[in-house]
Amino acid sequence: MEIFNHNSNVPFLHWRKISIVIAALLMIASVGLLLTRGLNYGLDFTGGISVEVKYDRTIDIGDVRTALDEAGIENPVVQSLGGSRQVLIRLQPKADGKDGAAGPGESASARADKVAASVMAALKKERPDAVESSHSFVSPQVGDELKSDGSIAAIFVIIGIGVYLWIRFERRFAIAALLTEVHDTLVTLGVISLVQREFDLTVLASVLAVIGYSINDKVVVFDRIRELFRLSRKAEPEEILNRSINTTLSRTIITSLFTGITMAALYFIGGPQVHGFAITMLIGIVVGTLSSIFVASPILLWLGVSKKDLMPQTKDNPELARRP
Amino acid sequence: MSDFPRWKYALVALVLLFGIVYALPNAFPPVPSVQVLATHGAPLDASVKQKVADALTAQKVSYSGLAIEGDHLVADFPNADVQAKAADVVKGALGDNYTVALNLASTVPGWLRAIHANSMPLGLDLQGGVHFLMAVDQNAVVDKQEERYADDIRSLLREKNIRYESVARNAQRGQGIGVVLRSAADRSAATDAITTEYPDLLVQDGASTGDRFLLTASVKSEKLRELALATIRQNTATLRNRINALGVSEPLIQQQGEDQIVVELAGVQNPAEAKKVIGAIATLEYRAGIGYPGDPRAVEAARTGNVPPDANLYYQRGTNQPVLVSKRIIATGDELVDASSGVDQQSGTPKVDVTLSASGAKKMLDFTSSSVGKPMAVVYVETVYDTKIVDGKEVHIPHTTQEVISDATIQGVFGKQFQTTGLNSPKEASELALLLKGGSLAAPMNIASQSVIGPSMGQDNIEKGLRAVLLGLGLVLLAAAIYYHLFGLVADIALFFNLVILVAVMSMIGVTLTMPGIAGIVLTLGMAIDANVLICERVREELRNGSSPHAAIRAGYDKAWSTILDANVTHLIAALALTTMGSGPIKGFGVTLLIGILTSMFTSVTVTHAITALIHGNRKLKTLSV
Repeated sequence: MEIFNHNSNVPFLHWRKISIVIAALLMIASVGLLLTRGLNYGLDFTGGISVEVKYDRTIDIGDVRTALDEAGIENPVVQSLGGSRQVLIRLQPKADGKDGAAGPGESASARADKVAASVMAALKKERPDAVESSHSFVSPQVGDELKSDGSIAAIFVIIGIGVYLWIRFERRFAIAALLTEVHDTLVTLGVISLVQREFDLTVLASVLAVIGYSINDKVVVFDRIRELFRLSRKAEPEEILNRSINTTLSRTIITSLFTGITMAALYFIGGPQVHGFAITMLIGIVVGTLSSIFVASPILLWLGVSKKDLMPQTKDNPELARRP
Repeated sequence: MSDFPRWKYALVALVLLFGIVYALPNAFPPVPSVQVLATHGAPLDASVKQKVADALTAQKVSYSGLAIEGDHLVADFPNADVQAKAADVVKGALGDNYTVALNLASTVPGWLRAIHANSMPLGLDLQGGVHFLMAVDQNAVVDKQEERYADDIRSLLREKNIRYESVARNAQRGQGIGVVLRSAADRSAATDAITTEYPDLLVQDGASTGDRFLLTASVKSEKLRELALATIRQNTATLRNRINALGVSEPLIQQQGEDQIVVELAGVQNPAEAKKVIGAIATLEYRAGIGYPGDPRAVEAARTGNVPPDANLYYQRGTNQPVLVSKRIIATGDELVDASSGVDQQSGTPKVDVTLSASGAKKMLDFTSSSVGKPMAVVYVETVYDTKIVDGKEVHIPHTTQEVISDATIQGVFGKQFQTTGLNSPKEASELALLLKGGSLAAPMNIASQSVIGPSMGQDNIEKGLRAVLLGLGLVLLAAAIYYHLFGLVADIALFFNLVILVAVMSMIGVTLTMPGIAGIVLTLGMAIDANVLICERVREELRNGSSPHAAIRAGYDKAWSTILDANVTHLIAALALTTMGSGPIKGFGVTLLIGILTSMFTSVTVTHAITALIHGNRKLKTLSV
C-alpha cells in the first residue's frame, strides 16, 4: 500500500520565498505572544498551592469558582482536568507570606495544608461529593531554579546537536538545522501561549522532546541530501534538495503519523497528568514535520551548500571505499 | 544466500530471552501490606501473630495473608483503603513496642527474585504518598563556623598571651574574622599562632592605622565547600534516621545538588506526622551522670516516680532502661565541633572521637578534673513542633523528648578532644557519631515543596497509563501491518519486543516508573517505528530501481543504517539533556527516552533483520511483500 506517489516531484524549493516568509512571520508572532501573553506557568514554576479535586458527578467550573469565592478564597485559578469530574485549583502564595510562624521551617508548608483544607471545606459545602485527590505546595525559589535548569537543558541540547551535525555533515547543515530548531521551539511555545495551556514540568519535558523529534526529522532529509550530492555528477543544489525532500516525503509523513497516533492515544486516554505532554508533542510533531519540508532546506540553500562541501574523505567513509 | 551471520541470530535470541525474563516480574503486581517490627526488645512470635489476627477479625478487616518473615510480621490486604484501616487496628492492638509500617509486598515468584529480576518500583504518582523537597540553610553553616573560629581565636590569643583589641566576625558572611592587634609584632605572632593551630584558616594582613593592626582570618574556600557537602550528607543521614523511626517502608531520601534533599514516602497519606518528624530539632547535652542505666536507684525512681531533686529520670535509647542524670549541663551540642567513629587502637573496640569548641573544652576540662571515675551521660533532646489553630492563629506547641544515648565512665582529664570507647559494634559507634553530630552540626532545613497524592489517584494513573500504552501500541502495530504488509508485521514483532526489552532494562536498572515515564514509553513506541519506516521505504526504493529482492533487502538495511544512526544520535543528545535535569518528573521521562532510543535501535534494525533473513533466507524470491 502507498499513500504517496513515489515519483512525486513537488517543487518545494520553488516556493522557498513564501515558505520562509511564513516561517518568519510565525516566529515573530510566537515571540510576540510570548512577550505579551507569556506562558501560563504551572505551580512547578511559580510556586504556590494546588489542590486536585475529584467529583462523583459532573461539575461546572463556574460553580467551583463561586463556591471558592463565597468562602473568601482570593484569586483562585480553576481548571478542568480532562473530563468534567476533575478540577485543579491553583492559588498563588500571598505577598505577606511570612506569617511569623515560630515553627522551624514549618510555616509555608503547614499553611499549604491549611489552605488545602479550607478549599476542600468550601467545596464540600456546595457539593458533598468532592474528594481531594492530591495537593501540593511549591516554594517560588524552587520555581526559579527550574526555569534556569530548563533553559540550560535547552541550550545544552541545541549546542550538542549543532556540534554533532557539524562533525558528521558540515557547518552549513548544523546552522540550518539549529535555525529550524529554534523556529520549531518558538512556534510550539507560541501555540502553547496562544491556547494558554498550563506550562508545567511535563510540558517542559515535551518541549525538549520536540527538539529531539524534529531534529531527527531534519537529519533524515539532510542525510539524503548528502547522499544525492555525492552520487550525482552534475549537482544543481536546488534540484538535489528538492529531490531529497520528495524522496523522503513519504517517510517524513508516515513517521509523523505513527508518532502522532501514539500521542493522540495518550491524549485521549492517558488521563490529565499527561494531557499537557501529549498536546505539546502533537503540536511539535506538526510544526516539526512542516519545517522539515518547507523551512530547513531553503535555509540550507541560502547558506550556499554545494557538492564540494560534501565530498567525503575516503578514509572515514567505508561506503565510498566499497564502491568501485 | 542469507547475509546474516549465525552469531547475530544467537545474540538476538539471547537478548529476547533476557528481555522476557527480566520484564516478567512486572506482571506480578505488589499487594498492599502492613509490616510489623518489634522495638525495645519486644518479642515477635506466634502469639503476636495471633493477636494481630484476632484484632483484624474483631474489626472485620479482611486480610489475604499473614506471616512472620524473618524479623518482621507481614499482613497482606486487598486494597489500599483496607490497608490503611488495618494499620490503625494493628497499631491499637500492639501498643508502643511495635512499629507498624505500610508497605507493598512483592508477589514476584522466588525463582525470579533469585536472579535479581524484580518489578519496577512505582513512583509516588502511581502509588500515592507524600513528597517533600527540603532546602538546607547552608548560610547557617557558614555563620556557625565563623562564630566558632572567632571564639577559638580569642582563647588561642589569650593562651599565647598575645594582647588584642578585638576579635569579631566581619560584616559580610563568608568574609572571615577580623582581629585587631596593638603592634606589628603582635600581629605576626598572632598570624603564626593561628596558622599553626587552625590550618583551615587563611590569614591575611589588613590595613593598619596608628596603633591598630588588622588581620583577617577567613575559612578557606575549599574547606567551606567541604563543610557544605558534609552538612548536606549529614542532614540526609539524620533525616534517614528519623524517618526510619517513623516506620515507613522503603522511604526515598536523596541528596539533590548542594542544598536540597528529596524525601518521598510512599503510602503515607497524612503529611503532618511525617513533617513533625522531619522538622524536629535535635540537640544534645553532656551531663554529669548519677548512676548507670538499670541501676537499682534508677529502677526504683522509675517505679515510684520519686526522682531526686537534682536529677532527671530518662531512659536509655535502644535498651529502654531507666537512668538517673544530673541536671547539671557540662556542654551542649552547639559546642560540639565534630564526632567521628573509628576503632580504638589499644583495646580494639569501636570508638567515637569527639571534638569540642573552645568554650565547651574549657567547661569539660573543669568538670573532668574533679570527676575521674564517675559517669558522664549524653542526653539527646529532640523537639517536635505541633501546629494547632487557636483563636484563628497558628500556635506551635513544642514537644520535647529526651533520651540518654551514651553513658560512659570518665577515664581521665580531658578538654577539647576525647573519645568514647568500649562500644559494642562499629554500627553502634557510627550511629552514636551520627547522633552526636545530628544534634549539633546539621544546618536548619525547611520544606521548599511538598505534594500529597491519594492512593486512588495512583491507581487511576496506572490504569490510564497502561491503557494508553496498549492502545498506542495496538494502533501502530495495525498501521504498520497495513502499510508495509509482511515487512510491517516483522516490524510489529520487533516493536513488541522493544517494549518488552525496554521494560526489562528499566526493571534491571531499577528505574522508578512514573507517569511521565509512561508517557516516555508511549513516545518511544511511536518513534521506534521510524527506523522500520526508513528501512521499508529504502527497500521499496531499491525494488523500484530494479534490484533483486535479496539485493533490495541488503541495500535497504545498509543505506538506512547510517540515517538511523545519525537521527538517533541527535535524539540521544536531547534525551541526555533531559536526564541531567535535576527534577523528578523530567528525569523519569528522560531516562525512559534514553533507554528507549537505545533498545529501539537494536530491535528495529538487528531484530527485524534477523527475522527478515529467516523468512527470505535462501529462497529464490520473485517479489517482496513490502
